[in-house]
Amino acid sequence: MVIRLLGFSLVLLGLSCYGATGGGLQLLDANIDLSKKTSLQRGAANFFNYCSGCHSLQYMRYNRIAEDLDLDESLVKANFMFVGDKIGNAVKVSMEPEDAKSWFGVQPPDLSVISRVRGADWLFSFLNGFYTESERPTGVNNLYFSQTSMPHVLWELEGYKKFINPSEDDQNSGIAFEIVVPGKLSQNEYQEFTRDIVSFLVYVGEPARLVRYKLGFWVIAFLFVLFIFAYLNKRAIWEDIK
Amino acid sequence: MNTIAKNLVGWIDQRFPLMSIWNEHIAQYYAPKNFNIWYYFGIFSMVMFVNQILTGIWLTMNYKPSAIEAFSSVEYIMRDVDWGWLIRYMHSTGASFFFIVIYLHMFRALMYGSYKKPRELIWILGMFLYLTLMAEAFFGYILPWGQMSYWGAQVIISLFGAIPFVGESLQTLIMGDYVVSDATLNRFFSLHVIALPFAIAGLVLLHILALHEVGSNNPDGVEIKNHKDSEGKPLDGIPFHPYYTSKDFVGIVVFLMIFAGVIFFAPEMGGYFLEHNNFIPANPMQTPEHIAPVWYFTPFYSILRANTVNFFWIPAKLWGVIFMGFAVMIFFLLPWLDRSPVRSMRYKGWMSRTALGIFVLSFLILGYLGALPPTPARTIVAQIFTVIYFLFFLLMPIYTSLDKNKKVPERITTNGH
Repeated sequence: MVIRLLGFSLVLLGLSCYGATGGGLQLLDANIDLSKKTSLQRGAANFFNYCSGCHSLQYMRYNRIAEDLDLDESLVKANFMFVGDKIGNAVKVSMEPEDAKSWFGVQPPDLSVISRVRGADWLFSFLNGFYTESERPTGVNNLYFSQTSMPHVLWELEGYKKFINPSEDDQNSGIAFEIVVPGKLSQNEYQEFTRDIVSFLVYVGEPARLVRYKLGFWVIAFLFVLFIFAYLNKRAIWEDIK
Repeated sequence: MNTIAKNLVGWIDQRFPLMSIWNEHIAQYYAPKNFNIWYYFGIFSMVMFVNQILTGIWLTMNYKPSAIEAFSSVEYIMRDVDWGWLIRYMHSTGASFFFIVIYLHMFRALMYGSYKKPRELIWILGMFLYLTLMAEAFFGYILPWGQMSYWGAQVIISLFGAIPFVGESLQTLIMGDYVVSDATLNRFFSLHVIALPFAIAGLVLLHILALHEVGSNNPDGVEIKNHKDSEGKPLDGIPFHPYYTSKDFVGIVVFLMIFAGVIFFAPEMGGYFLEHNNFIPANPMQTPEHIAPVWYFTPFYSILRANTVNFFWIPAKLWGVIFMGFAVMIFFLLPWLDRSPVRSMRYKGWMSRTALGIFVLSFLILGYLGALPPTPARTIVAQIFTVIYFLFFLLMPIYTSLDKNKKVPERITTNGH
């Protein structure tokens, strides 16, 4: 009886889930590794070369980036910061919000916690999802964010891709494109380049991530030792209970 | 040294009932010796309460309850405050863990009939605690001032608008404005950090006083006070201290290991403990596509949404609010709905056991569906399980009286090693 009811409800549940995945495009796997400092450093450099013109990181301070990524402060000052910025400042954009609106239609969003909202895979897919579409004002559209206002800023690296209508299998493996104008980087190099940016943004979304795994290990190890003593204590006290 | 301590205790004892409180509630409080794993969740919820209070004190030192600064101040805590990220994760994970242990604590009561005579008042006080905790969680969830904070609050407060005649004014009264705004955030902050924590602390005290008056139930559901030795101590009881203090300490350490595992390795819990959309600052001009409450409210949210028909001149939304209210309140009636002469599921018959199993299943499925955007198929499933949810309670007087129970032993059958 119980089992039959259980089976019945599972079928109902299955029915209710049916169609939940349909329509959603499968994202590419970002496959980032935050323990790789060099990847984070490259990501930071890439971000400040290509992204920080429009996107701020209003909760991220320059000196925190320097400290966490083992970068020399003078290096950060020379390469990442605008003249007149202080090392303790957060990453702002020099573009006026009004100008941004008239140029792009929307103000480019702050990216401090974007990785928390979208997730690494989405960011990686987005950066790899631009394809040419002549009707769009920017000349490109994005497979993962239809009608995005963002131009393909990294085009000189990736080149321009054409969208070919792929079979579903191809789409999920990312083979939906054909390069029409080659860029400076090969496809693999471009993926690495964007992967570094995504790693950096994931770090920026939660700087504590760099320490919390390590600390967590020690906390749990301590609790485990405490558990042994607590258990021995309990066993000794309970010896006379039958 | 020992004599100094003794003198001190003696000094205090002449002026304050220190030893008698200690004895009555700890050293000579006799608890059944057969507590199993389900009997940890009461102490775990107290641990979580202390965790929430302590981390809350430190969060309040850096948090700014203002619509302009709230979101930034949380990010400030996460980045610039020393150990701020840890304190914040302990608090946010603590909220979810509080509900996990409370739900398991309540399930224990359902399983072993802990609400039955003479423990009705413990159950009712516990239900008041649960209601207060829900309010506390709701008010706390608005504080990070993200999109889900904002729109979640908007949805829940709009439920009051469904009440006829006074609804709209009541809504305005709650918000202190015509929309959720800075005024709302301020009053919710005040309730979250002062009013409700006080209420919870007081209710916890009453809950425990009531428990210690009648004594704890146990997995066998037999009364240990029925068999006492020559000194008047229950034969199957053991003093809370040192037996259960030492045992609970083991449990707490294991619990903290799991708690730490989530805090350090999965504080967002895949978007269930910290929702992804709540990292977007609140924007009153932009309604998110899908608004769902945090997981611990989703079963009731499902019941709310399952009402889709206008009926008896009452609009579907009001029916939803009524049913959602009933879904919570009906727990209060449990001591009187259960007509079984037996407390524990160990000795209840197949009908009671099946009913409880199906109820738990429907609670979980409603919870799962409540977190998802509705589709026609999901709504039908939610409706079916809403009916099952209520049938568990409404049919209880019938199936508990018809059920063929097993014979309850005179004394406790196992021990709590």
